Amino acid sequence: MSAPTGTFDERVAKALANPQLKIAMERTTGNARRKRAAAVEAWPHFNEARRIAAAIKDHVIDNYEHYLETFERNALASGAKVHWARDAQEACDIVVHLCLASGGKNVTRAKSMLGEEVGLPHALEAAGLHRVETDLAEHIIQLAGDPPSHIVWPAAHIAREEVAELFRRHHRDNSNSDDVPAMVASARRVLREEFMAADVGISGANFLVADTGAICTVTNEGNAELTTTLPRIHIVTAGIEKLVPSTEHALQLLRLLVRSATGADLTQYTTFHCGPKRVHDRDGPSEFHIVLVDNGRTRMLAEGQAEMLRCLRCGACMNHCVVYRQIGGHAYGGAYPGPMGSVLTPNLLGLAATRDLPSACTLNGQCRSVCPVDIPLPTLLRGWRDRSWREGLEPKKTRNFLGLWAFVAARPALYRLGITFALPIIRLFGSKGWIKRMPLADAWTSERDLIQPPARSFMAQYAAMKKGAKK
Amino acid sequence: MLDGNASNDQPKPRVGLFVTCLVDAMRPSIGFAALALLEAAGCKVDIPPRQTCCGQPAYNSGASDATAPLAKLVIEAFESYDYLVTPSGSCAAMIKVHYPELFAHDPAWLPRAQALAARTHELLSFLVDIRGFRPRGVSCASTATYHDSCSGLRELGIEAQPRALLGAVEGLEMRALEGHDACCGFGGTFCVKYSSISNAIVGEKAANVTAAGADLLLGGDLGCLMNMAGKLHRGGASTRVYHAAEIIAGMGDGPAIGEAVKP
Repeated sequence: MSAPTGTFDERVAKALANPQLKIAMERTTGNARRKRAAAVEAWPHFNEARRIAAAIKDHVIDNYEHYLETFERNALASGAKVHWARDAQEACDIVVHLCLASGGKNVTRAKSMLGEEVGLPHALEAAGLHRVETDLAEHIIQLAGDPPSHIVWPAAHIAREEVAELFRRHHRDNSNSDDVPAMVASARRVLREEFMAADVGISGANFLVADTGAICTVTNEGNAELTTTLPRIHIVTAGIEKLVPSTEHALQLLRLLVRSATGADLTQYTTFHCGPKRVHDRDGPSEFHIVLVDNGRTRMLAEGQAEMLRCLRCGACMNHCVVYRQIGGHAYGGAYPGPMGSVLTPNLLGLAATRDLPSACTLNGQCRSVCPVDIPLPTLLRGWRDRSWREGLEPKKTRNFLGLWAFVAARPALYRLGITFALPIIRLFGSKGWIKRMPLADAWTSERDLIQPPARSFMAQYAAMKKGAKK
Repeated sequence: MLDGNASNDQPKPRVGLFVTCLVDAMRPSIGFAALALLEAAGCKVDIPPRQTCCGQPAYNSGASDATAPLAKLVIEAFESYDYLVTPSGSCAAMIKVHYPELFAHDPAWLPRAQALAARTHELLSFLVDIRGFRPRGVSCASTATYHDSCSGLRELGIEAQPRALLGAVEGLEMRALEGHDACCGFGGTFCVKYSSISNAIVGEKAANVTAAGADLLLGGDLGCLMNMAGKLHRGGASTRVYHAAEIIAGMGDGPAIGEAVKP
């Protein structure tokens, strides 16, 4: 993932100034929230399943060396080739090398957030390969030249009217209207040719199944199947946190993943890919490569963020995040937006460059309450704030203000004295109960009124009342 | 008139009222409502003078070092009472949930933090869950809608209690609020650190409140109420905003948040 453009504040300002973005985001996330709520409502054992899912993930995380070795052994036995990548650069190098070694030029890709995380789309193009994104939403953002803005709906920021315009400009048969089925048919025509011409297909993995060495993909469009079955070479890129002990465990997590993401019971396609084409198989790749990527995951484990490795990448946290819904995915400046992105991105791009992400959150906890594996996102975000404070990354103004305030608040007599003097002064800036503008209060008063405080605090009024009662 | 139905034959529990820094400075009537309600619920109420702020703004900014002295101050001031009660889900959650985290590696203070946490309650849930209190003879002929503040809702599970109390207020008709459990965009220091995002969030909230079509907007946390009231007022809405405790204590005929208070 390349460094984001502009500062966080600049990206936020740009997002908030775009009314079309708000409409598009609300369509996507509003739908997702309603459908998830209905799915949870219809599943009486949701909370129990959630507890079990978190326990499955924790068990794997606690024993990840064992399960990695088991997975590798079984994958090799199935005829797959297993590659290990410590970081983003190694992951890209391995994939690019495999593509170039194939002698072909055409690479199809089924949506994978790990690929976005390590910057694979850019690496493929830099190597002169012809990259084709086959997920419909990824196809749209490839035409638009945008990075994804949601981990499940990468084109969440683009309204369908804008998609029609993109297709009119880029598709050969440009007679498209805003009609969704017609647009889908047009994309299908374009992508079908690319599927047939592909030399290498790259997918991610929703699960790495240790006891079979298989990988599992879930999609609604069937593009992963065409990406992985038609070309001669299938490359899987997956983070090591995708491990599960068995197929049964994968299915248990799948029930939560799909309901949390789209509200459906199951995706249209759930495919377990195990090894290359065997002698009597009619279809399938003759080479099957699995690239297992760490890229900071073992460091997260060591640095107290183990719970984040439970993440199934369902997107429920961002669908329910009041901040994400206002600013969209691009403002976060990383591959992963929303609450889970605000925990992950500082790991990937460094805290100094991303300290705004964990701070730009109201800690309202809705993300955790909808998380299918109960990741304590607010606690993890606060952990980054602690570290940012300790490392001196917070702005000087914030440090000075909080330091002064804490000094005074720790001395009740001084604090009372301060309040006694401050209230009548603040009152001067308002009239009839409201303050419209006040020096140093612009952040509040630029867009909302501030209530005019009383002349005397509660403590002062109460003390006077008690004194009066004694007389 | 406020006459509760808590039983009187048992010894009165001693309650230390933690007023909160916002109520102290910005809206004293919430403190007086809390005092009246706790007394009506059969408690002996003290207001320890050595109280300022629970330390949440520093804690949520990552400044644990600056938070600890404030937390110690609260623990010292309140640990001798049977209960610490506060008219804020956010401050209650700070003491109940986060003080033990703050002192997790401090063997001297951890037991004291845990002991206080166990006896700390948000006002409205304390009245219902611990005191079995309902207001009697309190009326408020209005329609009202309710915003569930996040810390109280999700860290303390407060949702039914304020509605049970408001349901006992005669003449008060409750209206549903779309997104009643979604954050209003206050978030403590968030609202000034990221004011443009906060404004966008509270703008959506204000639209939902207006659409609910109620005379009153009620809630249990002054920070959120100031945020929503300020946005509603800037937009020219006529919704009047109160802390739920004020209505339950029969103070609904007093000025709403932002209506001129006599100095």
